[in-house]
Amino acid sequence: MRPVLLSTAAALAVLAATALPASAETIVGLVTKTNNNPFFAKMKEGAEAKAKELGVTLSSFAGKYDGDNDGQVAAVESLIAAGAKGILITPSDTKAIVPTIQKARDAGILVIALDTPLDPIDAADATFATDNFKAGVLIGEWAAKTLGDEAANAKIAFLDALETQPTVDVLRDQGFMQGFGIDIKEPHRYGEEDDPRIVGHQWGEGAEEGGRTGMENLLQKDPDTNVVYTINEPTAAGAYEALKAFGVEGQVLMTSVDGGCPGVRNVQAGVIGATSMQFPLKMAALGVEAVAKFAEDGSKPEPTPGLDFYDTGVELVTDKPVDGLESITSEEALKLCWG
Amino acid sequence: MASTSQQAHVSFDEERRTPLKRFQQFLHANPTTIPFIVLALSIALFSAIVGGRFFHPFNLSLVLQQVTIIAILGTAQTLIILTAGIDLSVGAIMVLSSVVMGRLAVLAGLPVPLAFMLGLLVGVACGLLNGFLVARLKLPPFIVTLGTWSIFGALNLWYSASQTIRQQEVAEAAPFLQFTGTAFNFLGARITLGSILMLIIAAFIWYLLNRTAFGRHVHATGDDPEAAKLAGINVTGTLIAVYTLAGFICSVAAWALIGRIGAISSISGATANLDSITAVVIGGTSLFGGRGSIIGTLVGALIVGVFRNGLALAGADSLWQEFAIGLLIIVAVAIDQWIRKVSA
Repeated sequence: MRPVLLSTAAALAVLAATALPASAETIVGLVTKTNNNPFFAKMKEGAEAKAKELGVTLSSFAGKYDGDNDGQVAAVESLIAAGAKGILITPSDTKAIVPTIQKARDAGILVIALDTPLDPIDAADATFATDNFKAGVLIGEWAAKTLGDEAANAKIAFLDALETQPTVDVLRDQGFMQGFGIDIKEPHRYGEEDDPRIVGHQWGEGAEEGGRTGMENLLQKDPDTNVVYTINEPTAAGAYEALKAFGVEGQVLMTSVDGGCPGVRNVQAGVIGATSMQFPLKMAALGVEAVAKFAEDGSKPEPTPGLDFYDTGVELVTDKPVDGLESITSEEALKLCWG
Repeated sequence: MASTSQQAHVSFDEERRTPLKRFQQFLHANPTTIPFIVLALSIALFSAIVGGRFFHPFNLSLVLQQVTIIAILGTAQTLIILTAGIDLSVGAIMVLSSVVMGRLAVLAGLPVPLAFMLGLLVGVACGLLNGFLVARLKLPPFIVTLGTWSIFGALNLWYSASQTIRQQEVAEAAPFLQFTGTAFNFLGARITLGSILMLIIAAFIWYLLNRTAFGRHVHATGDDPEAAKLAGINVTGTLIAVYTLAGFICSVAAWALIGRIGAISSISGATANLDSITAVVIGGTSLFGGRGSIIGTLVGALIVGVFRNGLALAGADSLWQEFAIGLLIIVAVAIDQWIRKVSA
């Protein structure tokens, strides 16, 4: 609900732009899930820098909260009205936004999904994203290899984002399970697995407070928990506070996904054992480049061979590397991190 | 003649006082009874379902820790709802205050007590702004705080640049900010200073509401502002004081928040405003103003905490936690409407 004013200001800016249809400038729209997440802040920063470099106009919007479909629909409609050449969007509701995206494409706009694929993925012209499943697999494998034979007796707590199970939430969670060697059964949902090593799932809304409360409840359920999967690093930081309060921080392997700078520093401090780093700046910069190219010669970006989206890469960050798993140290990661 | 009329009067009285009516009267005089009963029943219910893991001093004290922040915000919200207002900005004020405390102390290197005081001052200023808009400009509280919720949220984003200050950095530069996270063991329970802080605030507000002239003015303003004005109460001043005090309490909640999560995070408290209203309503305070209690709000927050923790331990999907809490809200408001008929 918070960035109401910001989005209103942005909407006014677009209205102003609509009033001057004769200008030859190339407008690139960026629609993120929210404003208050460093990941999206970094994305915007990358898009702004690239737009400046290429001489195109960037028009940014954000939903009011994670899951705000209406706000994103309004943003896309405004961008169509403003005559944008391309729209870069991190969809909050990957299914519900699709008809609106179709309207934009019908109007001749290049639509690129950033970070979160649409459902179906080909509803966008292209997708620039982290392979979130792979991000999960990496930390899952790391945890299993670190435990060695003890992995068979592990007690794993899952701290996911939202009960509605958005795609990213599912991909990372199921990737972790696959990497750890858990039978994931139905890959489009988590929570239906019957592996006895799973302590339970809790939802932390991707923030510290939720991470702590979720961890407390799962520790109450099983005090022998020794592996924790978290959807992102703020959740991991909150979970660690709970582990400390229970005095069990030494017995637990903490894993996460994101690669934000505070998260990487937490790897360095030993709070997080391993995290999978993604590259939001690159996603946005590549997106702006693709739109500029599309405006010039009408060509559309191609997906990574073998995948149905363009993989912007993921790196495992840990200071306790294991054999057979490529990783970078927290020190190297500090040069690449965002937020 | 006199005796018959007296008889008629007596029988009329008896007719009015059926057991149900008497119960209604009793609840009108003691609005916290129902929340206490619900709390006792829910604790009994989850003890039966989950067993010793739930009904253990350690777990119960954990629930207390989990509801501390919402309960503190709930005391602020109670004050405002007693005046027939509502404050949607409580969570935003809390996060803004915590970001100001954290950034000034850790990043700007200000002396920690000064940074802390400035953080509190931000809360007071936010509350004062709300109070001024509501009392002086006579704007509806819902609209005012809907607006300031966005404004404080935007200021938070701007000032924090969406950056988190990590627990270790806070611990190094400003351990005082995490002081409320300090815990001690007491008869198998683990109590944090944040929870103690919550009790102190609640006791203070309880005293203010029940033992001072200001408290009577708050109740009177909420009950009927026109009548209060005619009785010589400074309604405008009372309202401004209430919103300012609420802002101050929110900034104290910021201290408890930092203690709980260790870090300074601009993404905290996203649903804290609605959660605090939930606690107040389940605690039996009337949204129509004038009637309610601080103790009820604490119990209301505990009920929500018991349901969340109990259902999680029972392994229920968290959507049922939301379902149960939604049901509680509606039952609480229905009971409130029924009790209100006593005075009608």
